[in-house]
Amino acid sequence: MSVGEETTLANGHPLPMTWADSPQRPNRPWRRAVSRLGKSRPGLVLAALFFTFLAVAALQPAWLASGDPLAANARMAFRAPGEAHWLGTDENGRDIFTRLVHGVRPSLLVGLAATAIGVGAGVAVGLLAGLGHRVVDGLIMRGVDVLLAFPDLLFALVIITFWGQGTFNTIVAVGIASVPRYARMVRAQAHVVRRAGYVEAARTLGLSNPALVFRHILPNAVKPILVLSIIGIGGKIAAGASLSFLGFGAPPPSPEWGSMLSVGRNFLGNAWWLTAAPAAAITLTVLSLTALGREIVRRTEGRAP
Amino acid sequence: MSEARRLIEVDNLRVRFGADGPPVVKGISFAIRRGECLALVGESGSGKSVTARTLVGLAGDNARIEANRLRFDDRDLTGLGERDWRQIRGGRIGFVMQDALGSLDPLRTAGREIGETLRLHTPLTADQRDARVVALLDKVGVPEPAVRARQYPHQLSGGLRQRALIASAIAGDPELLLADEPTTALDATVQAHVLRLLESLRGPDRAMLVVSHDLAVVARLADRVAVMHAGVIVEQGPMRAVLHHPQHPYTRALLAAHVAVHAHNARLPAVRVRGFRENGDGRPADTAVAPFPRPDGDNGRGRPLLAARGLVKNYVGPDAVTRAAVSDVSFVLRPGQTLGIVGESGSGKTTTARLMLGLEKPDGGAVEWGDRDFHALPGKRQRDARRRIQVVFQDPLASFDPRYTVDKILFEALAVAGFKRGEKRLARARELLALVRLDPALLSRRPLELSGGQRQRVAIARALATGPEVLVCDEPVSALDVSVQAQILDLLADLKKRLDLACLFISHDLGVIYRVCDRILVMKDGRVVETGAVREVFDRPQHPYTRTLLNAIPRLETPERNLLSA
Repeated sequence: MSVGEETTLANGHPLPMTWADSPQRPNRPWRRAVSRLGKSRPGLVLAALFFTFLAVAALQPAWLASGDPLAANARMAFRAPGEAHWLGTDENGRDIFTRLVHGVRPSLLVGLAATAIGVGAGVAVGLLAGLGHRVVDGLIMRGVDVLLAFPDLLFALVIITFWGQGTFNTIVAVGIASVPRYARMVRAQAHVVRRAGYVEAARTLGLSNPALVFRHILPNAVKPILVLSIIGIGGKIAAGASLSFLGFGAPPPSPEWGSMLSVGRNFLGNAWWLTAAPAAAITLTVLSLTALGREIVRRTEGRAP
Repeated sequence: MSEARRLIEVDNLRVRFGADGPPVVKGISFAIRRGECLALVGESGSGKSVTARTLVGLAGDNARIEANRLRFDDRDLTGLGERDWRQIRGGRIGFVMQDALGSLDPLRTAGREIGETLRLHTPLTADQRDARVVALLDKVGVPEPAVRARQYPHQLSGGLRQRALIASAIAGDPELLLADEPTTALDATVQAHVLRLLESLRGPDRAMLVVSHDLAVVARLADRVAVMHAGVIVEQGPMRAVLHHPQHPYTRALLAAHVAVHAHNARLPAVRVRGFRENGDGRPADTAVAPFPRPDGDNGRGRPLLAARGLVKNYVGPDAVTRAAVSDVSFVLRPGQTLGIVGESGSGKTTTARLMLGLEKPDGGAVEWGDRDFHALPGKRQRDARRRIQVVFQDPLASFDPRYTVDKILFEALAVAGFKRGEKRLARARELLALVRLDPALLSRRPLELSGGQRQRVAIARALATGPEVLVCDEPVSALDVSVQAQILDLLADLKKRLDLACLFISHDLGVIYRVCDRILVMKDGRVVETGAVREVFDRPQHPYTRTLLNAIPRLETPERNLLSA
């Protein structure tokens, strides 16, 4: 509150509120928003529920499916979905639901770690281009343009071909393939932020260039990209599944959605659930992550952070 | 007031947004007769714009409007559907908005925009409409109307856009013309032209409602004035009576603030600040703020502190043509002196300020800091020099990192001045807030949660944190309400005296410049056209442009003070 608020007129009348500059408090109608959400946007609530399920599956898969995802039993092969096996069994008699639940962790890991790699490297490259000399900017961005011309998956395949297959390499490949996109966004943001009033104000205070970059430009340029990257996690999971579908992911017995889909394809004629279950898992995961990500974007957009 | 002549009648109008939102307009009543001009005056948030928009059915989808009576001519406006509104809007009520660039469709030429109104409200054929558009543009004083009609809004200057907007508002020959802040975004000379145009549009059958925060504009146009505050009309009456013999304390305070903003060395007379003991001259008693440490002491008053020597700054436009934003600008700023730079938008005054702050490099000439070339100083010494030249921008909110709270903003500046951390830094931050008369409790707030005046005070506190010798103020009060303007100007005047600051003060508002400056520099098209002591220039302007500029100021004559010609 400014002292101005306590102002009075000479004749003793209290000054009206807007006269003395009065503060405006933001109101946060969280509670009302939550109760309204369930009524007007059931899709979002479903996405949140499914995400909770995913989180539990990733942290404590045994809570949801106590069986061993690798326990083969030839007599139980190709059982259709039923009471004993909710989603049926595969060609080796393994419970598909158990395998799906145990496959959540590697899938989410690919999504999160690849996004982290993509954003991290993208921020570094983008800032270098956005704040560096014109020549540096030109060189980097032409390189980025060339990489953007490749489809992400193709780019990831090239990387895997060089480094060999495996979960770790899948993560690195999917992450690096997304670097050009993030670099582009960060560069554009850096261009805006470097001209912002607060950066100029800090410069007139006599701050050094590194202080300007790390204290003001970097955090403000990256913030919108962090929010957008949440939407990207779903895409990374799909990309990781695609790679393991093509046989570049973790080696066969491990419960991976992509490789389950790939194996199931061979039995599509007589056991549809082998394909349908992992396909549904991938679709629902990508959908719910994207829906939640969009909601976060929507809520932070158009509002000063 | 004879019943038949009343064109619009509003009785106990109440507007709120959302079912449970607070009322924005709390029961106001007024009427406008044909041939009359009523002005709604008030500060931001008073509800004046909402009232005007309600009269054209544009208050917004979630606006809840109630009134005992809301009548236009013989039509009841309450509960009118969108279809009915469309017949009235444009045809019988013309609406001129403040932001001409925002309210003209960027994909349509000015001619098509005006022709649209004609198409909807007149039976004219396409050819007749084209001819009429040119005639209308000619009528509102647009030169080369046939050419302008084919141009897009971004190709027109601010003044021409506003004229085009007025032309489209009067195209349907409306009986009521509504103008919401019609000249607020315009330069002084352009403002004068537009005011003259609006005056000429009055007629015996046409009524006008002007919404403005600017008392001088109101004095120029209105027959009657209604002063709005916090959703209520606090005073209403003939223009002269209200402006010369205001009855309500709010009207008086508003007038006092207006005069205070524009009178040389004046202070806000009617407002007393509680919580600070005051000396006889109205300055707050010295709070416990130690004088700022200066490295080299006082080296004599006459020594030039900061000087511009033949500054040149060029820009290459999108058409690859090089233009001089600033050419051959020279001046000297001495300790304790306040130098004003006046000019209209595009005159190069802000570029000059940015050159002095070292935010831009000059293409020619030099900025001298003491006896050294500022831009040639090596990195560390230049950063030290920056501490001594601080700035207050027009938009304080944009000048704060959006993630920062007030304490972080001040701490950052204090760290530069050597207060790295701990109790001393916090104590200093509190002192700074006291210095700009803010409650130290605001330290934990975000700038977004502060009012415009409070934000500008925080910006000033930050500028003072590094112990500057020069304060560059770039339009520091342009975005504020007039009462807050007066408070901020008072504060700046106090601080200048107490801390012995030299000040480079940039403004398009001649009244503000007149009030705070010792010397002024008049700029036009990047050049200095006139310079001198402020009274000298205002009383005996030499250059024809300065004269035009001075004549363009809308004057508010009050019995106590005749503005600018005391």
